[in-house]
Amino acid sequence: MSQPLVEVRGLSKHFVQRGGLLGRRSRVVRALEEVELSVQRGETLGVVGESGCGKTTLGRCILRLIEPTAGQVFFEGVDLMALSREEMRQRRRDMQMVFQNPYSSLDPRFNVLNLVAEPIVTHTDLRGEALTARVEELLARVGMEGDFLYRYPHEFSGGQLQRIAVARALALNPRFLVLDEPTSALDVSVQAQILNLLQQLQRELGLTYLFISHDLSVVQHISDRIAVMYLGRVVEMSTTDAIFYAARHPYTEALLSSTPILDPALRRERIILEGSVPSPANPPPGCRFHPRCPKAMDVCSQVEPKLEDVGGGHLVACHLVMRDP
Amino acid sequence: MADVLVCVENLHVRFRTYAGVVHAVNGVSFDIRRGETFGLVGETGCGKSVTGLSLLRLVPPPGEIAAGRILFNGEDLLAKSEAEMQRIRGRRIAMVFQDPAATLNPVFSVGEQIMGIIRHHQAVGRDGARRRAMEMLEAVGLPEPERLLRAYPHELSGGMQQRVMIAMALSSGAELLIADEPTTALDVTIQAQILALLVELQRSRRLSILLITHNLGVVAETCERVGVLYAGHLVEVGRTPDVFQAMKHPYTQALLAAIPRPGSHGQPLPAIPGTVPSGLERIPGCAFHPRCPFVMDVCRAEKPPLVSVGEEHTVACYLYPQGDCHLHGARA
Repeated sequence: MSQPLVEVRGLSKHFVQRGGLLGRRSRVVRALEEVELSVQRGETLGVVGESGCGKTTLGRCILRLIEPTAGQVFFEGVDLMALSREEMRQRRRDMQMVFQNPYSSLDPRFNVLNLVAEPIVTHTDLRGEALTARVEELLARVGMEGDFLYRYPHEFSGGQLQRIAVARALALNPRFLVLDEPTSALDVSVQAQILNLLQQLQRELGLTYLFISHDLSVVQHISDRIAVMYLGRVVEMSTTDAIFYAARHPYTEALLSSTPILDPALRRERIILEGSVPSPANPPPGCRFHPRCPKAMDVCSQVEPKLEDVGGGHLVACHLVMRDP
Repeated sequence: MADVLVCVENLHVRFRTYAGVVHAVNGVSFDIRRGETFGLVGETGCGKSVTGLSLLRLVPPPGEIAAGRILFNGEDLLAKSEAEMQRIRGRRIAMVFQDPAATLNPVFSVGEQIMGIIRHHQAVGRDGARRRAMEMLEAVGLPEPERLLRAYPHELSGGMQQRVMIAMALSSGAELLIADEPTTALDVTIQAQILALLVELQRSRRLSILLITHNLGVVAETCERVGVLYAGHLVEVGRTPDVFQAMKHPYTQALLAAIPRPGSHGQPLPAIPGTVPSGLERIPGCAFHPRCPFVMDVCRAEKPPLVSVGEEHTVACYLYPQGDCHLHGARA
């Protein structure tokens, strides 16, 4: 296989929360623990998991929007963690992010021209009419043709705002986009428009996506491969079909069976998990899923399972799978 | 005819705002039977929540119910005095909302809140209320009810908070539970728990549930019948399998086609062109006609009535003439 565009090795992020009088009590929230993954050129890697599994932290750490506690991120073989602030700033041209809620990610006091032009002004010398022309070209790319340049965010619908956010992310011709729940705030009919746009842009511009979402049907629609996260760890990673039709990790199975399905013919036998996701400040010992796992064994509460290849690049972190290949 | 608990007839709700009159609900009619779960689905702003609030006469100002009848056990709720409504709210019709963390009071313990409600509605003493509260907490699958009564809302997870809300809502023996997006704020594994609980309670208590949601999958798995709302109009009503497998209205068809499903990978999704109307503009004729691929002249002129297209399956669309079940140019 050729060199991946993005490679993540042993990435961890621990947040220290201070509490008590004068902040003397502190606890460590382990949002990410030794995450390993790679994203190939031109592919979409989907990241799924429930709230608090670390999927958003993962996206932000990869772009160094927050500094990881440990681990490395390689972008085209270059270790991003070793770059200086200025070098990293230059590198960000190649990697951009689209956030969940365009109502809060776009500054309400900027008009569309300024919103889309801001990254170009920050990074290049393009000004004046050429800049306006570039912004118009970007807006046309995301399907926003018309007289929008001098309008403000409150004048647009959620779907239109997300198009503007995508145009802004594309302003510097990036190669890699982290899409953090880009359609979660939208209705299904508008979600379909945005998903189509993202797929079209990927084909036209050769983009590579890290697509973060809690919605399994959206992730399976858009992704080539999927990583399933639980409490800060990747528990299973494989091709989209393998995750949907040959999942090996009990958490993936439960997650798939919990998703309501329209077509009764496609419905799975429901596995209802007991309890809720534990706090990442105090994760259970051994496998982090064992207190809720219907198939837990003694070893699961003692030894943390490693992410291992069970064949064909299908990675699973589960004692059950290792014992019974 | 099945045993009807609620009958909504030609409900109109409007909001007088500075920008003009917003017509949120425009002539919606449906019924809910005893012991059934009826789903109301639609996208943002279609009027589903306002319809739910109308049943309790809790539409917030400047909203007002402009016309219609809401029969509950045969009595018109819109003709009742405020005092009479207060005896119905919580006691016979209860409601749970999307965000339990915002609905529970953070400064009172779970016990104080649930016992307060029980004592408000029922003539019981402190001990009786406490026993009843513990029974209800157990009935919604919460462990250690005794300890839970002393807990504060922030100590509970989202799923547990929603269970507490359901326990509170049902503590006074309501016959109808209005659940407005009860699982939208929850993760899917917790959503599965709460939906299973609602189904179990509905069966064991012969409860009727009005489930309001934007999530078509949730409706498909929990509701016997479903109504699809678009821009304040009910466009299709029927048994859930009929509406989702043999949908007739072009909007229902477009909405279902827009959902990513297994096998859709790599292909563009059929998106609905245009956007949902704002409610401020009154669209003549069928509200969906500007976005409809099958639009005809009559659709622009007059609002289509609900016509029968099968057993218990009605649709508001001119593609289906009265008493005729055949498609005219529509895809099956």
